[in-house]
Amino acid sequence: MSLSFYVHIPYCIKRCGYCDFNTYTPSELQDGATLEVVSNDYIDAVLKELESTPKQIVPTIFFGGGTPSLLPAKDLGRVIQKISDRNGLTDNCEITLEANPDSVTSEKLEGYLEAGFNRISFGMQSAKPHVLAVLDRTHNPANVDKAVTMARAAGFKSISVDLIYGTPGESLNDWRHTLESALSLDIDHLSAYALIVETGTKLAAQIKRGDLEMPNDDLMAEMYLLIDPLCEAHGMSWYELSNWSKPGHECRHNIAYWKNQNWWGLGPGAHSHIDSKRFWNIKHPTTYKQKLFSGESVMAESEDLTPGQKRDEAIMLGIRMREGLSTSDLNPSQIQTLTSYGADGFLQLHKDRVQLTPTGRLIADRIVRELTF
Amino acid sequence: MPAISLAKAPQPASTNPAQIRNFCIIAHIDHGKSTLADRMLGITEVVEARNMRAQYLDRMDIERERGITIKSQAVRLPWRSSIDGKEYILNMIDTPGHVDFTYEVSRSLAACEGAVLLVDCAQGIEAQTLANLYLAMENNLTIIPVLNKIDLPNAQPDKFAAELARLIGCQPEDCLRVSGKTGDGVAELLDQIVAQIPAPVGDPNAPARALIFDSVYDSYRGVVTYVRVVDGHLTPREQIQMFSTGVRHEALEVGVISPEPIASKGLGVGEVGYLITGVKDVRQSRVGDTITTYNNPTKEPLSGYKDPKPMVFSGLFPLDGADFPILREALDKLQLNDAALVYEPESSAALGFGFRCGFLGLLHMEIVRERLEREHKLNLISTAPNVVYNVTMDDGKVVRVTNPSEFPDGKVAAVLEPIVKSTILAPSEFIGTIMELCQDRRGILLGMDYISEDRVEIRYDLPLAEIVFDFFDQLKSRTKGYASLDYEEKGDAEGNLVKVDILLQGEAVDAFSAIVHRDKAYAYGVMMTGKLRELIPRQQFEVPIQAAIGARIIARESIRAIRKDVLAKCYGGDISRKRKLLEKQKEGKKRMKMVGRVEVPQEAFVAALATDADIEKIKAARKASQ
Repeated sequence: MSLSFYVHIPYCIKRCGYCDFNTYTPSELQDGATLEVVSNDYIDAVLKELESTPKQIVPTIFFGGGTPSLLPAKDLGRVIQKISDRNGLTDNCEITLEANPDSVTSEKLEGYLEAGFNRISFGMQSAKPHVLAVLDRTHNPANVDKAVTMARAAGFKSISVDLIYGTPGESLNDWRHTLESALSLDIDHLSAYALIVETGTKLAAQIKRGDLEMPNDDLMAEMYLLIDPLCEAHGMSWYELSNWSKPGHECRHNIAYWKNQNWWGLGPGAHSHIDSKRFWNIKHPTTYKQKLFSGESVMAESEDLTPGQKRDEAIMLGIRMREGLSTSDLNPSQIQTLTSYGADGFLQLHKDRVQLTPTGRLIADRIVRELTF
Repeated sequence: MPAISLAKAPQPASTNPAQIRNFCIIAHIDHGKSTLADRMLGITEVVEARNMRAQYLDRMDIERERGITIKSQAVRLPWRSSIDGKEYILNMIDTPGHVDFTYEVSRSLAACEGAVLLVDCAQGIEAQTLANLYLAMENNLTIIPVLNKIDLPNAQPDKFAAELARLIGCQPEDCLRVSGKTGDGVAELLDQIVAQIPAPVGDPNAPARALIFDSVYDSYRGVVTYVRVVDGHLTPREQIQMFSTGVRHEALEVGVISPEPIASKGLGVGEVGYLITGVKDVRQSRVGDTITTYNNPTKEPLSGYKDPKPMVFSGLFPLDGADFPILREALDKLQLNDAALVYEPESSAALGFGFRCGFLGLLHMEIVRERLEREHKLNLISTAPNVVYNVTMDDGKVVRVTNPSEFPDGKVAAVLEPIVKSTILAPSEFIGTIMELCQDRRGILLGMDYISEDRVEIRYDLPLAEIVFDFFDQLKSRTKGYASLDYEEKGDAEGNLVKVDILLQGEAVDAFSAIVHRDKAYAYGVMMTGKLRELIPRQQFEVPIQAAIGARIIARESIRAIRKDVLAKCYGGDISRKRKLLEKQKEGKKRMKMVGRVEVPQEAFVAALATDADIEKIKAARKASQ
């Protein structure tokens, strides 16, 4: 049995308007504090939590956030080193860093490679300044090109960018421009997410006030359907609902989530899945640190999955992937439901597998509801 | 004091009819009848001052604790007239105050020789009061016009005295002026009741004949029957017989209400009181029927008995399907006390299991529904009310339709619908708007009269179906609440009526079918298809919604296919959350009904069928459960 690690870095220079992740600006945590001050002992705390994890060999590590690239390479490297020493890494262990294109330099990138990272994912979001402004992102779109070029030059073997579509004010042409800009970069992997308005965010408030208007679902659907052909033209294929890659560059860490393998999330608010149990940590970094240093558990809640829930999750996650569902795992009534969706062109029923078409991926949740729960 | 203590007053079964006065009070709902009744109970001292409370006779719950349910059906009041100084027994008989209960009102009136016409002198007479006044006049009752609330600062007694005088053909100064609130003029009113209303006349030696004017189920005593003895007498322990059914019962108890029930030695000519036989169902003791004795039965019943006939039908469904057995039990129980209520089980693809219920009218429907909800803690959905149609087919076959889904397919020769004769009273400035409304509702103007300088009485024949469809709300809103309405049945008439079906993806949904006038079919079709387009969520395919008369499509809308129903992100921390969200959405899906391949939320059926009040209620319930 192997064990993947997610390492949460809960810090950002500023919070973006659409983001509801568990992340904090240093001054939110401590009045007038700098990043160095508040994160000083954060890595110590993460290493402390690591001591409670199973000692299984590690095929993937993913540093997310927050903005992991805010922290110096040597601090992140301590975590990789300890995991390697304690659990051992597989030969081709995938170690990913989420990075802000604005906060990387050639020196830093070399430092990350030295610390053990071999995959980097840049938060590009959009190539259109007016879209970035709505998202509260500060970077200059040209910085993404620079960052990708620097990362390749430094020696990263696998480079990804994240995009967001369906931002208020974004047209289909804006989105086409963003996609073409991203695909013109020297990248191996692309994630594209429809913007989700999370309650409690600044964006949600702006929409509620009527200052911004979300695009309708029909436009969102058109935007999604644009991705596949453009990616294919650049040698990238979809392998999960929101992910496309060149062959061999699929993100193995995320695949571990979707295949319900064992993975442990280190850090405040991070989720874990071990065998049939899901659990997650307390959210606030300060409490998280205090508890660990006083030897207490940081688990906030947990749930033991019933066999039925496991079956449902397998369908919910599996149907989103290129491999799709195996017909041998489905009962006749589920097959019948899928046949009717097949007749409407939402999926392809092969001999042993069921695979969603692009229009089917757009209504995947509806199909999942009919198959499960 | 003109009051006489109960013990010294003439006793039931031995009161000379010449000393009896039977009267009722005709009044609109808030014109002060209960307060005036309180005052009468007070000054006749049948209720001691220290026991007096407001609306004494309306307190069902309090009376129920005493083992008998009374709602001021008939109260015996001893009174010494200050005009002639003699003792009298006044029986005050209650009349139900609404349009749906015209028949019950007519039976109450038939038990009296006179009526007090009570009008709030700040508001003037209302249509229902006028209708009851006409009924009283048809029954040859002596009318005593009384203006109430003379203590109000905005009282206009002179104006409304003139109005009453014109209506009943007396002089304005003949109208008594009272204040139920202060008691002013109430003693004079009692004296005038004695002076003006004739004493009852009957043959004490003839076979007994007593008119049932009300019949109430009481959980302790069974059915309590209120009677007015016309001839002969009723005695406890005697075998009595219902004329219409021939059923025989023992009179376990006979008595009077004063205002507590007092068992008596019997009831003689002209007397009013109650009778208990131990039966459990008011349908065995029907309003309007004649009671006689088994050993010496009458050959001639009192005139005017009618079977109650439901005029308006509606489906009642529990919001929660599991409540169906409770609804059945509640209806069974309610029927014990409501001879006019009919129902049979009905199942609807949309709303599940419920009952098709027949009512005397809209108010009766509201009362039944409110009692079911309040007394049995039920949450109910009622479908839009409809009337009864008699459909004659080309082959001569006649089909009675109480539910649009029963409307026959095939060649229809004629459709008969119930017509009512309606009376509307309103300030004259609204004549135009009222006539416009009535014309739009297929009304035929019968006549119009000024009842005072600025108030008119407008009479129309209207199809009952038009009245049950929000006519009253429209009337009220177009006349700023000033108009009042009354109507009575006037038989059936042929109408140019068609059934409009609503089809989802080509499949008719019977819950949405309606019988409407041919000229309004298109409007109904456009309204309903438009409404459903808003209410039915988008499916993964396009859904056409059509309105059709037979095979002919008259309106069409379509729900575009859904394009996107997926959350883009699903990483480690999202999995539990996403599973829970899908589980929750799946819960919502359980409330979906399948029409062919189309998923229709129950709420959509409800919103399309139910009244605005229902929709408010559902919203409130949903809010409370969140």
